[in-house]
Amino acid sequence: MFNYNFRWNQALNALPQMLDGALVTLQIALLSMLIGVTVAVLLTMFRLSGNRILGGFATAWVELARNTPALFQIYMAHFGLGAFGIHLSPFTSLLAGIAFNNAGYLAENFRGALKAIPDTQARAARSLGMPATQAFRLIVMPQMFRVAFLPATNQMVWAILMTSLGVIVGMNTDLAGVTQELNARSFRTFEFFAIAAVIYYLIAKAVTLAAHAVAWRMFRY
Amino acid sequence: MFDTALTWNDLIFLAHGAGMTLMVTAVSVVAGTLMGIVFGVLRYQAGPVWSLPLTFVLDIFRSVPLLIQLVLANAFQAIARLGWDPFTTSCVVLSLYTAAFCTEIVRGGIEAVPHTTRRAARSLGMTWWHDMRYIVAPLATRVSLPAWIGLTLGVLKDSSLVLWLGLIELLRASQILVTRLQEPLFILMICGAIYFLLSFPVARLGGYLERRWSPND
Repeated sequence: MFNYNFRWNQALNALPQMLDGALVTLQIALLSMLIGVTVAVLLTMFRLSGNRILGGFATAWVELARNTPALFQIYMAHFGLGAFGIHLSPFTSLLAGIAFNNAGYLAENFRGALKAIPDTQARAARSLGMPATQAFRLIVMPQMFRVAFLPATNQMVWAILMTSLGVIVGMNTDLAGVTQELNARSFRTFEFFAIAAVIYYLIAKAVTLAAHAVAWRMFRY
Repeated sequence: MFDTALTWNDLIFLAHGAGMTLMVTAVSVVAGTLMGIVFGVLRYQAGPVWSLPLTFVLDIFRSVPLLIQLVLANAFQAIARLGWDPFTTSCVVLSLYTAAFCTEIVRGGIEAVPHTTRRAARSLGMTWWHDMRYIVAPLATRVSLPAWIGLTLGVLKDSSLVLWLGLIELLRASQILVTRLQEPLFILMICGAIYFLLSFPVARLGGYLERRWSPND
């Protein structure tokens, strides 16, 4: 049945290059999460502000991010923005696409988390004389982060998996891109991508474990 | 003022792409859900220890990027000389991917049925199968349907990745048009609008059912 000689050596020799790629993957994922969380907090504040324009903007962002494919969002950044004369490198467009996606999903997470925080918390803060922004920043937001932390971890894993889409817009420094370059040179598709799959799996598991450890350390009473 | 080289034929081409997207999604969701139900019941019945191998295998499908899975499956079918076309390969991979998520949803649904209800059923003389069919299935469906709708929409969106295997689905169709007409923004906006129109109403339905069917409020 298998009329094929597996050449694992060749693929294993390229392991250092692939691990470098894995670092780039992690870097993109972390950056996209940082941008995503920042924007998501902004969007959440927009939605709470009661301003119709800001609220509508936030809702539009969230619905667009959640109802179109991530690959479409990356395409939009890579090809679509070209119509305005903005030409992004694969790295930037990948980062922009994933950050856009993350922000939408995280804003929805935060909204769910806000529901779990009793209204009385904010009201008690206000009655102690805090202005609305201070009450949100010092009382509501920390609790929101605690509730939303583990769902956000899931989003981090998603971000890592999403970075693999960069190869479709010509990214060649992250794990998927490096693997594809090596594959294009040797045509050992199965071996190279099997190793890439193992690395992705290990990264995803490591991130989940680390996040659980952090959550246990930070959020216990 | 505004003119475009896009013709009706191009729109029909896009519609064919959307048809391919829906086709891949439908096949994968149906097959994946059936597998997910079987695996979910197995996982629940076997308990956490004995189902460890199954959990591990299914977890792989959730922790490895779908794109890598597609490339691997395509390379594998070539090595094993299975002679699958890209459509079959895509459907197999997406079905397994769906099954991996669906298993968790099904297990969660079964666990949400109170033990007392099931014991009451069994003590009335119902067999395991009767209990599953008439007691657990309706109650579990109610709990898991919103999550399942979310999963279906996820698969609809993730099915865009099958373009890597050369299948002309919606996104690939619009990319071909972009290459030919050089109007990226306009064509991509049409493509996005189609995805949005397919996904948004169903997402709203899911949200409605989640609120309507929440057992505790």
